[in-house]
Amino acid sequence: MQQLTWKVGGAQGEGIDSTGEILGTILNKMGYYTFAYRHFMSLIKGGHTNYKIRVSNQPVYYHGDQTDILIAFDQRTIDENKAELHQDSLVIYDSKFEPKRLEQFSSCGIPMSKIAEQLGNVIIKNMVAIGVTAAVLNLDPQLFYDMVEARFGSKGEKVVSMNKSAIQQGYDYYREQCEERHYNLPADKASEIPMLISGNEAAGFGALAGGCRFLAAYPITPATEIMYWLISHLPEYGGKVVQAEDEIAACLMAIGANYTGVRAMTSTSGPGFSLMQEAIGLAGIAEVPLVIVDVQRAGPATGMPTKTEQSDYNEMLYGSHGEIPRIVLVPATISECFYYMAEAFNLAEKYQCVVLVASDLFLGMSKQSVPKFDYNSIKVKRSGLISDSELATLEPGQFKRYALTDSGISPRSIPGQKNGTYVALSNEHDELGREEAEDPYNRVSQMQKRFRKLANFSPDEWGAKYYGPDQPDLLLIGCGSTYAQISEARVQLEQAGKKVAHLHLHILQPFPAAAVRPRIEAAGKCLVFDNNYTGQLRMLLQQEVGFHNKYETHNRYDGNPFTVSEIIARANEVLQ
Amino acid sequence: MSYKLTDYRGSRPTWCPGCGHFAVLGCLQQAAYQLGLPPESMVVVSGIGCSGKISQHFNSYGFHSLHGRSIPVATGIQISNPNLTVIAAGGDGDGYGIGLNHFIHAARRNVNITYIVMDNHIYSLTTGQYSPTSRKGFVSKTTPKGSAEMHLRPLEIALAAGASFVAQGFSGDVKQLTNLIKAAIEHKGFSHINVFSPCVTFNKINTFDWFRERIINLDQQEDYQPSDRLQALAKVMEADGVLTGIIYQEERKLFHNEIAGVKDQALTETPPALTQEQFEQLTAQYC
Repeated sequence: MQQLTWKVGGAQGEGIDSTGEILGTILNKMGYYTFAYRHFMSLIKGGHTNYKIRVSNQPVYYHGDQTDILIAFDQRTIDENKAELHQDSLVIYDSKFEPKRLEQFSSCGIPMSKIAEQLGNVIIKNMVAIGVTAAVLNLDPQLFYDMVEARFGSKGEKVVSMNKSAIQQGYDYYREQCEERHYNLPADKASEIPMLISGNEAAGFGALAGGCRFLAAYPITPATEIMYWLISHLPEYGGKVVQAEDEIAACLMAIGANYTGVRAMTSTSGPGFSLMQEAIGLAGIAEVPLVIVDVQRAGPATGMPTKTEQSDYNEMLYGSHGEIPRIVLVPATISECFYYMAEAFNLAEKYQCVVLVASDLFLGMSKQSVPKFDYNSIKVKRSGLISDSELATLEPGQFKRYALTDSGISPRSIPGQKNGTYVALSNEHDELGREEAEDPYNRVSQMQKRFRKLANFSPDEWGAKYYGPDQPDLLLIGCGSTYAQISEARVQLEQAGKKVAHLHLHILQPFPAAAVRPRIEAAGKCLVFDNNYTGQLRMLLQQEVGFHNKYETHNRYDGNPFTVSEIIARANEVLQ
Repeated sequence: MSYKLTDYRGSRPTWCPGCGHFAVLGCLQQAAYQLGLPPESMVVVSGIGCSGKISQHFNSYGFHSLHGRSIPVATGIQISNPNLTVIAAGGDGDGYGIGLNHFIHAARRNVNITYIVMDNHIYSLTTGQYSPTSRKGFVSKTTPKGSAEMHLRPLEIALAAGASFVAQGFSGDVKQLTNLIKAAIEHKGFSHINVFSPCVTFNKINTFDWFRERIINLDQQEDYQPSDRLQALAKVMEADGVLTGIIYQEERKLFHNEIAGVKDQALTETPPALTQEQFEQLTAQYC
């Protein structure tokens, strides 16, 4: 694999993200595969933020352990990212400061702030950095000009030309003043220009493609971008978005909307998801379809809002009092954020239950060059809706919304349909939707009916995927966004002659036990990767398929995604 | 097609004999009947408590939701299908205790729903604890020495929050209450009706007679114009909140039309699947 990694860092408010966005977009447009990761803090100005891009000739799902080119606007950027540098790395720093602790690395000072100030505004030092980057990568600075016009055109010709000059001067300065050092971009490119999209954007797009026409949500990092996406797209396709007063209201508005036959959802992260728990139970007993995406962040409580974690699995699996059937989907890649969100709406409608989509900050806020989404893979499958003509054959008041059917799935009317009136209710009820708490037979039959609904849903087909030899010495097990690093580590371990396989879970509930059990049984040892402290995935495996003593673990809960090297190191430790 | 009054009859009420809520149910049925609303075009969304049962006793589409949460469910329904007549209903504990913030936000948004609160100044289904509208000193199971709290003033809150229709009724005056509910349903925007609906089992203070002796009826004040919010507030405060009639009404733009999207259109009207052309336009934005 040919690859190159680039990172820019500085204080928040210095245009770090837009620097990365511009470069990533250009590289993607050139046909390279990129992966971009944002490191940021929960403040608006100051602190430290960085934006990293890995570029390759094949799809990459992770930003890489190392950094080849580091552009530092301040000393903190050097200190915080030094560990990623290697002997061939290059550090380019703003010569407004005298860099420390850089001795063993090649470096080059460029007066980025000064050039920007001379052009009229220090803020455009990030465009100087773009010009420098173009010089280091042997790219024509003209490549960036269209983008400057698209981004700044509305601010007038003066702003556009200032930004162009910044790029050109950065480019010229590097070529004239710095030691001629260049990095090559990969020689091969994608056959078709990929899409550069974040997991959150992909989730929003997937929802729209899956037929969603209503979102109610409350702003929360790292899920808000899903809301942004749907606010800017749903109205165009006949949908609406409400920013609710809190997540309790958001979830209940989505339930109300679903009740009218619209495909509706809410998006949130941990703290908001906790507030939705009672409403999730309501959707469960009232049998209203509901899709929730939880872009997990490091908890508990406010925790670390800008850091990643996979610690809401237990809440998704068991949250809400009482017992309800539910589906928990866990996309592992940015493309899967799209396809799983779309499918979530089909499942929610088919089974008239809650479908939870477990994303996380790493997946949601990173951007990846992905193959174009496939229109033909998305099908909006309406189901379970009773027709007007069927209702017309019934006696008034005799529509059994909660009819005890073999499948457990009962036909659903929607408000406006004649002869279809019923009450959706949070109380236990009979087939007609009348409150019924005294008849134990009714309770048992309604409980069984609700849980029967998922009996025909088999998670085994796509709920667990397996890569590698059949009888491995070591089986790496993960779920969700850890796919990227585990799969890279597995390939490297394989190249090193190790007999290592990878089992990845994509559905946690209903649990794909039939697909998982034989794989664990066949493996010499198992190593479970949990981006949380308590080992929620490992505990689920123990509960669902047993083999209690077979699991070695590796947990990370410092707010960062796993690195490939730590996975390899841990795997080798277990293999010894 | 015209409807019979009995068309709006749902399951038989389980309230205590003499409960004020019978009148609220009856007036809601009368109002729907007089307005000729098809039962299938109505959705009654209720919270939890004695009052919450109203969605089951009224025949239409219904949603018996969670404690305090009738308004967000009703909001989701109303925005999704503006052709429906959406009634949210609950009690004082439900709407002014656990669910108070939704009330304020729905009022300021001007969501086109009618919100009926059956206010008996007590939690009854949990057998008698003081509620947010219980007066200071009110003795209940959780306030054996009398409530330490100043009571909540729902009409003042509704007015301050920007409700475009504010009224108060009394279960002891069904003619007025029916008219109020009709006016509220016909009003375009968020209509709040607080109804004094006495609990005959647990509240021995705020009885039918207690209200009857104190209520000031605005219908009998011909000079009162409910078009001035400031005057409405003054009127409510003068009467210490114990007055009935339409207190305030204004025309204001509707929430579901103010947010982005097609005006007055049910969200089910556009086909949920994208065309290939739409899909490809979207993917092209990322290439």
